[in-house]
Amino acid sequence: MVDIRSDASAAIPPAEVEDVELYHPRSWWTKYVFSQDAKIIAIQYSMTAIAIGMVALVLSWLMRLQLGFPGTFDFIDADHYYQFITMHGMIMVIYLLTALFLGGFGNYLIPLMVGARDMVFPYANMLSYWLYLLAVLVLAAGFFAPGGPTGAGWTLYPPQAILSGTPGGKDWGILLMLSSLILFIIGFTMGGLNYVVTVLQGRARGMTLMRMPLTIWGIFTATIMALLAFPALFVAAVMMLFDRLLGTSFFMPAIVEMGEQLKQGGGSPILFQHLFWFFGHPEVYIVALPAFGIVSDLISTHARKNIFGYRMMVWAIVIIGALSFIVWAHHMYVSGMNPKFGFFFATTTLIIAVPTAIKVYNWVLTLWRGDIHLSLPMLFALAFIVTFVNGGLTGLFLGNVVVDVPLSDTMFVVAHFHMVMGVAPIMVIFGAIYHWYPKVTGRMLNEAMGQIHFWVTFLGAYLIFFPMHYLGLLGIPRRYHDLGEAAFVPESAHTLNAFISVMALTVGAAQILFLFNLVWSLKKGREAGGNPWRATTLEWQTPQTPPAHGNWGKELPVVYRWAYDYSVPGAAEDFIPQNQPGLGGPTREAAS
Amino acid sequence: MSVMLLFLAAIAAIIIWWMAQQRLTSRPWLEVGRLGQPGGGERSQIPPAKIGLYVFLGVVGALFSLFISAYLMRVGTPDWWSTPIPRLLWLNTAMLIVSSAAMQWAKTEAERGRDDTMRTALLAALATAILFLTGQVFAWRELTEAGYVLADNPANSFFYVITGMHGLHILGGLVALGRTTVKAWSAPASRSLRLSVDLCAVYWHFMLAVWLILFALFAGWANDFADLCRQLLT
Amino acid sequence: MAVVLILVIVAVGSVVFHLFSPWWWTPIASNWNYIDNTIIITFWITGFVFVAVVLFVAYCVLRFRHRPGNRAAYEPENKKLEVWLASVTSIGVAAMLAPGLFVWHQFVTVPPGTTEVEVVGQQWLWSFRLPGADGKLGTSDTRAIGDGNALGVNPNDTNGLDDLIIEGGELHLLVGKPVKMLLRSVDVLHDFYVPEFRAKMDMIPGMETYFWFTPTRTGTFEVLCAELCGTGHPQMRGTVVVDNEADYQTWLQEQQTFTQLLAARQEQTTIASSTSSSK
Repeated sequence: MVDIRSDASAAIPPAEVEDVELYHPRSWWTKYVFSQDAKIIAIQYSMTAIAIGMVALVLSWLMRLQLGFPGTFDFIDADHYYQFITMHGMIMVIYLLTALFLGGFGNYLIPLMVGARDMVFPYANMLSYWLYLLAVLVLAAGFFAPGGPTGAGWTLYPPQAILSGTPGGKDWGILLMLSSLILFIIGFTMGGLNYVVTVLQGRARGMTLMRMPLTIWGIFTATIMALLAFPALFVAAVMMLFDRLLGTSFFMPAIVEMGEQLKQGGGSPILFQHLFWFFGHPEVYIVALPAFGIVSDLISTHARKNIFGYRMMVWAIVIIGALSFIVWAHHMYVSGMNPKFGFFFATTTLIIAVPTAIKVYNWVLTLWRGDIHLSLPMLFALAFIVTFVNGGLTGLFLGNVVVDVPLSDTMFVVAHFHMVMGVAPIMVIFGAIYHWYPKVTGRMLNEAMGQIHFWVTFLGAYLIFFPMHYLGLLGIPRRYHDLGEAAFVPESAHTLNAFISVMALTVGAAQILFLFNLVWSLKKGREAGGNPWRATTLEWQTPQTPPAHGNWGKELPVVYRWAYDYSVPGAAEDFIPQNQPGLGGPTREAAS
Repeated sequence: MSVMLLFLAAIAAIIIWWMAQQRLTSRPWLEVGRLGQPGGGERSQIPPAKIGLYVFLGVVGALFSLFISAYLMRVGTPDWWSTPIPRLLWLNTAMLIVSSAAMQWAKTEAERGRDDTMRTALLAALATAILFLTGQVFAWRELTEAGYVLADNPANSFFYVITGMHGLHILGGLVALGRTTVKAWSAPASRSLRLSVDLCAVYWHFMLAVWLILFALFAGWANDFADLCRQLLT
Repeated sequence: MAVVLILVIVAVGSVVFHLFSPWWWTPIASNWNYIDNTIIITFWITGFVFVAVVLFVAYCVLRFRHRPGNRAAYEPENKKLEVWLASVTSIGVAAMLAPGLFVWHQFVTVPPGTTEVEVVGQQWLWSFRLPGADGKLGTSDTRAIGDGNALGVNPNDTNGLDDLIIEGGELHLLVGKPVKMLLRSVDVLHDFYVPEFRAKMDMIPGMETYFWFTPTRTGTFEVLCAELCGTGHPQMRGTVVVDNEADYQTWLQEQQTFTQLLAARQEQTTIASSTSSSK
């Protein structure tokens, strides 16, 4: 059916790439701590993100304890509850997901997958991590500051966020939160420049854009989006700091707070919402696009089949990235903005469903007539498809302006965004860790622990968030510390809440098993070898595993083919690495 | 948000122009072994640092576009009294233009290999940029002494925040320019030094352009444009 | 095999849960059953897609899972299939969007002859204001809030003098009569939310927002705040009672006008000052 051109397979001389000025570490400190090697930075990013993510996980337990069994745990009063949801949301979205996908996977995979020795600006890359760590520490300092962290909700809507009716509003909480965000954005910009320029300029010979794995496409597009979207959060944070500290009125209208007229006036809370969501919506795709890319590679590798419709996948990533900048106000349908905007934003929002749906079709069509190995990465990829389709479809409810009216600010929204940008991308993160852990450490993760982890996490998360939609449909609002007496809520809803809480605790416990597996397999895991999944992409073709400093030994790889040559008719193996000129066995070609 | 959307449209145009050269419609599975055609798919000859700078300028552009968007959404509300433009700002603007011109001079001289004049030009650019910043601080003091303090009025608040943000970016540029100048005076010009001069020049021109736009905004010349945007948006 | 089984259970189980779930929306009490209908359409379309995709995945895993000697097919793309799928998806999306936009148009277009009711939110209390005998609400300003004028009604606006003020009490509405809720907040964001009415809208300090609806059945309904407004957010409750004509008029007679409130306040202060001066 498809004619494969193999006549041009004559070996190409090694690329005459000028020697990159690699930074060579001189001491233990510069090798492992203040390292400029993207792989070390990636590990630092990932470990920090997972550590602060564990804090957010514990916070979610506390929240669920309160929601499932209101009144049982006295120490979770309203102030604490709002502080927990705020920190949980902000940590998960920015300090875990964004940092892990771009700082963690981006740093590890970009140089290896495009065939570079390192990022183009290693020093800025190192600074990026240390600023990120500082941002995390400033954020966590909120827990120990007088008044505790802010409890304004992760959206930090003014005027509430900087008033005394909100925990941390007039104390340190909100200041630490805003400062931490500003630090994060500065740090991210340094890293982001690296990711973009490395993809543009660091690619090995023969690695055209259309030969790049979709993982790189996803991370690349997401980084460009983040570079353009984060300034909006930066502007909002700076202006809010001024409002809070110096008494300006960017976002502060005339207010009577607890019977007292405030001095500020004339500002617009809606302006903040526009700025926040101008960042906030692209942020969803900043998390989703790397996940889309990675899961494409997982499915293709473990189904031993090329990703179906590669070109369409690339275009879809780019189109989704572009469209996501003109849909932000769908978070503001009931915010009181000009209702005419509703028509425009509902239309753009639902249009974005089409390229997203195409991606889903292509994933499942890749499975069709494949040779599906039900390895752990594949299981997580399947779980991603189920949860992402579920969460994406409920997005069609909320994006469709009038349907959003009854559902907005209810548990339906909570269930939707957890399913689509919580559970689904985290499934990909797990899949990716099971997939690339052998490359990072040289050992496989334990399979039995992985199976338990997978089933508890997937089914548990689905049982948490699927029924939760129906609580929202019933009309239970989100961000309620205690629902109390409400005539329209049947007793059974409380039972459901308790069930969800038990599931949340269970799923959380499974993550501890996962962390244990990460540590245990470091020493006790099965030796993996260089290419345990028999994958085509360049990171599996490094001379050493784990890859040494500089990644490629003496010569940079030369790329002869796209990233998805699986089960090519006539080839000796069911995969052909990207750096292999002909169809034959890899050993023969490597010798030539 | 109209200014930001305009800015994004410009960025999108650049991205589309670039992508149009990347053969995004090719069928990669049919192109085994073949390298990408020259100019299409292979990386460009521009040094990575310069591309990095351009991307960074995109980020800075987004930042100021958003500030301007916020300004335009707030301008003209009933509690808005325009801040007068201190006369000093005209002088500062002239300083920044001279600084930018000196950077361009330094760049040309560096390309022609005339190290001595390049050093002089760099010093001139550095000095005028420092004068610009000092002038900005004096302009702030003049305004505060005239009673236009930060929190009294949104026009003042925006003026101080946006000029402050611009000043910080100039300050950051000064660090880079200072390092380049020291390097230029301590050793004969190398390729990397010429690149540094080139990068500083690009950054300086960009910050000058940003300043001119901001100046036009504060002077009220942008009001007609603002009115247009408001009509479109509300 | 376990994977296939569980995928099927997830797909079928979700549908079964949907059909037999005891948790469903509250019986509607307004004219916005259009919204409910749009949700039903969306449920049908999205439900079909979800089940189809998950069952397809399950089938693929069953049929094409790895067995020794298997080799995957080689098929980089299939343009016809992709175009076909994209078209069907677009049609499905349009089928949800079109009714949605149509109903949104109704939602934001207030019909003529609608009475106005103002809702004022503050931490953590609902207050209401109804136009008095002249049928017009007076202007208001947060800056005017002070003694005896908790809602900041402009005392110099004659339209406002006969407005009925209900501070922290129940709001009564007339059944079958379209009403435009004018929403205002004096401190932070709030959101006037009655699940049975389906409609809701944020209240923003410094500006006025609105939504309209027609109550379709009498009864007592709970008002909740749906936008996080600080520690007391969940306790911010109120009550709306939808009455028939007779009950409504009785209730209306009991309410105090702005003038009466101001007078009562003045009386209090004179008494207070006279007692303090006599001391």
